[in-house]
Amino acid sequence: MADTTVNSKDVELQKVAGPWKEAWRGFRKSKIAVVGMGIVIFFILLAIFGPLFTPQGINEQNMAERFQPPSSTYWMGTDDFGRDILSRVVYGARISLWVGFLAVVASVIVGSILGILAGYYGRWVDTVISRFFDIMLAFPSILLAIAVVSVLGPSLRNALIAIAIINVPNFGRLIRSKVLSIKEDEYIMSAKAIGMKDSRILFSHILPNSMAPVIVQGTLAIATAIIEAAALGFLGLGASAPTPEWGKMLADSRSYLTNAPWTMIFPGAAIMLTVLGFNLMGDGLRDALDPRMKS
Amino acid sequence: MLHYIGKRLLQLIPVLLGMTFIVFMIIRAIPGDPAQVILGQQASEEAIKALRTTLGLDNPWYIQYFDYLKGLVTGDLGQSLRTRTPVVDEVWPYLAATIELSVFAVIIAIIIGINAGIISAWFQNSWFDYLAMVIALIGVSMPIFWLGLLNQWIFSIELGLLPTSGRLNVRDPIESITGFYIIDTLVTGQFDQLATVMRHLILPGTALATIPMAIIARMTRSSMLEVMRSDYVRTARSKGLKMFWVVYKHALKNAIIPVLTIIGLQMGLLLGGAILTETIFAWPGIGRYIYEAIGFRDYPVIQSGILIVAFIFVMINLFVDLLYSLIDPRIKYD
Repeated sequence: MADTTVNSKDVELQKVAGPWKEAWRGFRKSKIAVVGMGIVIFFILLAIFGPLFTPQGINEQNMAERFQPPSSTYWMGTDDFGRDILSRVVYGARISLWVGFLAVVASVIVGSILGILAGYYGRWVDTVISRFFDIMLAFPSILLAIAVVSVLGPSLRNALIAIAIINVPNFGRLIRSKVLSIKEDEYIMSAKAIGMKDSRILFSHILPNSMAPVIVQGTLAIATAIIEAAALGFLGLGASAPTPEWGKMLADSRSYLTNAPWTMIFPGAAIMLTVLGFNLMGDGLRDALDPRMKS
Repeated sequence: MLHYIGKRLLQLIPVLLGMTFIVFMIIRAIPGDPAQVILGQQASEEAIKALRTTLGLDNPWYIQYFDYLKGLVTGDLGQSLRTRTPVVDEVWPYLAATIELSVFAVIIAIIIGINAGIISAWFQNSWFDYLAMVIALIGVSMPIFWLGLLNQWIFSIELGLLPTSGRLNVRDPIESITGFYIIDTLVTGQFDQLATVMRHLILPGTALATIPMAIIARMTRSSMLEVMRSDYVRTARSKGLKMFWVVYKHALKNAIIPVLTIIGLQMGLLLGGAILTETIFAWPGIGRYIYEAIGFRDYPVIQSGILIVAFIFVMINLFVDLLYSLIDPRIKYD
């Protein structure tokens, strides 16, 4: 009899998948989300390995070949310096993904610390941090980014810092609300009762359990960060020439819309596709990871 | 309700103070001496010293901030370093241009977005539903500056249908009364000019409207789908009420609340987007005003421009919050 009980338990244990496995199963069900992930993986691979296979160097000029339309030699045509647009778009993926990813990671780290402090300690700490978030969110984000870059000076690095700063309150608020709901849970109470230190409770228990919405928000935020970086580049407040950043390439293409529209079409399409990929993947992740969204 | 409005206005005070503090800090955060930065490397010691005194830079920061606040309350937004004109005197035409463009974009976004969402929900899984939602998905991911350039290339350069940039025909200026050219031309009965103004508005307006339109359409669709499954809608249908009235009169009223929230949130994006759109279409709005000020390191204009846009953003959010209770009387405010 005892044996039977043990066996049935084993069977049950095998059947119950972990929350991450279950989320993956939910994610896979959405075809659109999988397409999004495919696009994201494609651009990540392009960013890592693409520059190894590009037909030309990113800054290789050939004035005799300037403004060549797309052809079998130049798949995306050439720009005003005769540079191969395909090579530059491929390298641009590295810049955009890197900026998007780093800016979001930085804002997640800072936002998490502030959100945890506000949510866990409450009282005046919460009031100060929450009001700070309110004020930051009172600015349209791109405007705040422009303000930050106008102070720090235009460069890709400063654009990244600006984007990280404007995203901090979004993650901070998210983590704060998650911490508020988790900190009253029984397992946290038990941890406190056995005398566990605050720092260990925060980083070993509360933080890992707040991660699901951060991953969803983070994926969607990478999409926004890529657009924001390109927007700053477009306004001349991000990457400078001759860096093949997509927004900067679009800004440069403006003078040649009449005779060389391909200089505008491909960098813009690259931004749109990458952002679409992250948006689709983020939507799918939200449906898979956020139990409230499940129908 | 009045109590709630009063409470919300009071809550705004710390946010507005915080905003002014951040904007104030912008000029203080410039590395080095702001007076030196403003006057350039070639400036003489005396000129720098004089500017330091004018800007009150020799005072402690809290005195400077207090002076800045005092100025703001009395309507002093500083003086443009480039044009030597007080910001408050020159900002209105720019602001009016942005408001006209944004309102035009919002109207397009709301009309098309809500109707596309309704029809998608009404005919769920039809070809229209799929098409509208694919367009909306792409629309959400569209960088506005790229869309603006595409619009310019297709409709102005290739097809020659609409003007590439500007707010009016430069050779035929409009006498400005309110700063809103649509109103000005209507009031003075200049209908030819009105047509010109509208033609100039279409490209930047649709570019600016695309993202909010896509988001509104998606939100309306999901909200409508939820409401259309509810009992009272089923009752209305079983009473024999025409589907059109069920959808537009009964279902929409309840489905609109989350859509309204989204519209409110979009206003901020729209103001941000306006900066990019104005740059592409040489639209003489507040975004372009700030953008050009950055090029000239005209800090008073940058400061005040940002503050004005942020103030409008906060006010719109408050207005949207208050609007909820008018649309949905079930929402009670304490």
